[in-house]
Amino acid sequence: MGDPARTLLASEQTLLHVDGVEAIYGDAILALRGVSFGVPKGAIVALLGANGAGKSTTLKAVSNLLGASRGRISKGTITWRGEVTGRLSPADLVRKGIVQVLEGRHCFPQLTVEENLLSGGFARRPGRRELRDDLDRIYALFPRLKLRRRGKAGLLSGGEQQMVAIGRALMSRPTLMLLDEPSMGLAPMIVEEIFEIIRRLNADDGVTFLLAEQNAHLVLRYAHHGVVLENGRVAASAPAADLLARDDVIDFYLGGSASSPASN
Amino acid sequence: MFFLNVLTSGLLSGLMYALVAIGFVLIYKASGVFNFAQGSMVLFAALTFVVLNEHGLPFWAAFPITVLVMIVGAVLIERLVLRPLVNRSPNTLFMATLGLSFVIEGLAQALFGSDVHQLDLGIDDMPLDLWGLQISTFDIFASAVAVVLVAVLAVLFSKTRMGISLRAVADDTLAAQSIGIRLPRIWQIVWSVSGLVALVAGLLWGARQGVQFSLSLVVLKAMPVLIIGGFSSIPGAIVGGLLVGATENLADIYIGPLVQGSVSTWFAYILAVAFLLIRPSGLFGETTIARV
Repeated sequence: MGDPARTLLASEQTLLHVDGVEAIYGDAILALRGVSFGVPKGAIVALLGANGAGKSTTLKAVSNLLGASRGRISKGTITWRGEVTGRLSPADLVRKGIVQVLEGRHCFPQLTVEENLLSGGFARRPGRRELRDDLDRIYALFPRLKLRRRGKAGLLSGGEQQMVAIGRALMSRPTLMLLDEPSMGLAPMIVEEIFEIIRRLNADDGVTFLLAEQNAHLVLRYAHHGVVLENGRVAASAPAADLLARDDVIDFYLGGSASSPASN
Repeated sequence: MFFLNVLTSGLLSGLMYALVAIGFVLIYKASGVFNFAQGSMVLFAALTFVVLNEHGLPFWAAFPITVLVMIVGAVLIERLVLRPLVNRSPNTLFMATLGLSFVIEGLAQALFGSDVHQLDLGIDDMPLDLWGLQISTFDIFASAVAVVLVAVLAVLFSKTRMGISLRAVADDTLAAQSIGIRLPRIWQIVWSVSGLVALVAGLLWGARQGVQFSLSLVVLKAMPVLIIGGFSSIPGAIVGGLLVGATENLADIYIGPLVQGSVSTWFAYILAVAFLLIRPSGLFGETTIARV
């Protein structure tokens, strides 16, 4: 399993290596056809692409949640800080610092906001005091959640649910956060608010981000690096500023010009 | 007064149904599996206890040992049955529990034989006269035990980290995995707790009717209880159990003579069918909160 050459190659600065990964669903549908990229420490990396390009699959391959959708990695390796993650459970990865916020938020609807947040902290087995401090940190980040902490999460607005989902993931004190379509179905104002918080977490707390996002114009304003996926392959990979400057890439691969940003 | 007596004795036997049903609800909530083996677990737990008891172990020793046996059983079930079937459809898992029920019953027979065992918990079954109401001391004891058990479960579920994790898994399994909750561990805990509930139910039933193989058939009585109360609700299991117990007892007395036979054997199922027609999610079936 542990390939020493790879461990040496993995520079300290690149936390995550995705190397030639193929993923299939139900032993039939090939969703990724050899995806390779790296996520440097402290960066915000955007995964771009149209519906079905393989963004969600890539994220789930990294967090090892593919199994829950009856998928699996059929080829290639993913390396997290020099360790091949293939045989680790999603729970192991959370303990090692990778946490995913799922597409469509996935709050626990019957749990209160506070219980939702607390549940994210259990993985580290923190003390009661420590858990409390982490909770206060999340409330400082999302004051709105504190007001609604005793309400059931299922009754919150979409934006508030996204905050709960992000806050819940933050409770695990992640090194790398995977976000799947954080802007989906949210009002533009709320989307800006959420991306500002991502920027703050990145700048102040040094959290590394890997974001899947259809809205390329939006996410490239915040990301350092963009990886464009098309039909399960990497079609382009460049610094965000370069990608933004190349309208052809955005038009061709991301299905929309600046005047008509991708819907959803 | 006679009516009240019939009603209370019905309610008390309903409490027993509720205990069996709670075991179902726990597993159903946490894993979406309808555990057909719950009845065999009741039988197995009661048999284990009674055999230990007959070999001279007092209650305070036999009980924890049986609890331990149920926990080991839960871990084994998770390892050998649930884990290989992870991410399969609920139907597959249901069929697996169907098979499991035969394995557990076979194991019980191989280990303990098929004799009927008398179980004496040391509680008198004496009728007590409370303001004209005839209630047996054993029934009072049994209901107290059931109430305490439910209260302990309620506190565990609402206050502890384990309880929050269990409810999180019940709400959204994928999201629970995504934040590092270990499903295998949760399943082991849930099956253990439901083994404990099975033990309590088995002891209370067994003390009444003797510990024998027909005990595993309570699973069939739990079915209408669950349909009436809602599969995913513990309060539903309690209310459903009480409702079934009370109505079938009343029906036996008041409708029985009209049809010249026992009504209680089938009345609960008719009631369940009526509920399926009118309110398929049951009395307390979780109404999904959705906001788009």
